[in-house]
Amino acid sequence: MAYSDKVRGIYSDTLNEIKDKGIFKQERYIHSSQAADIEVEFPTGSSLKKVINMCANNYLGLSSHPDVIKAAHAGLDTRGYGMSSVRFICGTQDIHKELEKKVTEFLGTEDTILFPSCMDANAGVFEAILTKDDVMISDRLVHASIIDGIRLAPAMHDTFKHSDMGHLEEKLQLHSDKRLKVVITDGVFSMDGDTAKLDEMVALCEKYDAMLFVDESHSSGFIGKTGRGTHEKCGVMGKIDIITTTFGKALGGASGGCVSGRKELVEMCRQKARPYLFSNTIAPVVVSGVNTVLDILSKSTERRDKLEKNTEFWRKGLTEAGFVLKDGDTPIVPVMLFNAKLSQDFSKALYEEGIYAIGFFFPVVPQGQARIRTQISAGHEIHHLEKALEAFIKVGKKFDILGKTKQEIIAQYGQ
Amino acid sequence: MEEMKDIVLKYVINEYLEDEDEVLTYDTPLISGGIVDSFSMVSLKRFLENKYKISIPDDKATPEAFDSVTKIVKLVNEFLN
Repeated sequence: MAYSDKVRGIYSDTLNEIKDKGIFKQERYIHSSQAADIEVEFPTGSSLKKVINMCANNYLGLSSHPDVIKAAHAGLDTRGYGMSSVRFICGTQDIHKELEKKVTEFLGTEDTILFPSCMDANAGVFEAILTKDDVMISDRLVHASIIDGIRLAPAMHDTFKHSDMGHLEEKLQLHSDKRLKVVITDGVFSMDGDTAKLDEMVALCEKYDAMLFVDESHSSGFIGKTGRGTHEKCGVMGKIDIITTTFGKALGGASGGCVSGRKELVEMCRQKARPYLFSNTIAPVVVSGVNTVLDILSKSTERRDKLEKNTEFWRKGLTEAGFVLKDGDTPIVPVMLFNAKLSQDFSKALYEEGIYAIGFFFPVVPQGQARIRTQISAGHEIHHLEKALEAFIKVGKKFDILGKTKQEIIAQYGQ
Repeated sequence: MEEMKDIVLKYVINEYLEDEDEVLTYDTPLISGGIVDSFSMVSLKRFLENKYKISIPDDKATPEAFDSVTKIVKLVNEFLN
């Protein structure tokens, strides 16, 4: 047996170090469908508690929508459970191609290729389309999956300060001699909830002959007037060269992702992207569900409109109560607490009040930027948000942070 | 010599420091001090090459050689002479 006491000891020590640092992650078991009202077992073994979920990526409330569930059942009945093959051998069904076509139309691009997840799309795309003669210039706050994709690519990598267009322009000038340049950003940044300046980025990319890559995982389905994403909001539909997005958040919340954009780039992914070549694609049951999600969203903007109203209500309520929020207008609403321990204590106190919202701290967010990240859904009714607001105010009073500035909270709790 | 030190220091401050209150000297450890990560060294290397019209081979552009403004200036001077 190679797994000796010595080996076990090394891993035990490492895990204990993680616990000592206070960054050991623990799952909370949900005994119900994903929705605004959920039943949670936490800590493990305790009796179930009914709470309002304020931290899901279920932005449009479609994770348990009856029409999506019905479509998933139909997919299971007519196309089976699994494919037992990668796409290019015998793992592509008509419904996979149907979904790729629908995504292309929804995002306003030229072509689309499905991936098992958006993590896989981001991990595979750069290596597939770039060489050592090229450069990738990324915003410093892009998602971890993009960082992984960048690490796997042979091209040079540089960064620009978060949403700093002057700095981006300097970098485009610095790397003007490269064969190909790709500017890389999130559409909506997952931790701060702010939106990329895609109109300015498109202009800079046109000026310096660079391609633009946008991860729309926290945007697709609800940002922009008809929910097409950040590019719709910024008035640059059709001008983004590469979009990656997920079906694991607003678009039904199950799993899967894609690369959508210029047809040659999509074809390069079909020929060379390793997560596409060496892994099964999305299961038929999920593909059927996402096809129906896109039908629902193409027919009506009712759900994204409701989400917008819910978000306005929530931001206004928290602001009037005296919380410090990160600026923005997306359904990601970070309540800033600055101190790591305070964020954990605050989350626990909320849970006792029947509100499920998680505290984030370094290294997930920068040092001294601890927060409760709340996420609003079209699945929330006003009574959910009123109850959550009541709990936030009660807990805010308990910790005496209401009406306090950033500096005052830091003076009270440290950073 | 002093002028190059100031140019490099100014670049590093503008490029890498997020906190305006942070103080950086010619000898502050950049890589080992966590101010510049290995990813971000690329822009510094390219800046030096463009500014001083030199080419620094990858095997010379090590984290050790880039670990302070003083060391960077020494490296650049090797290729200028």
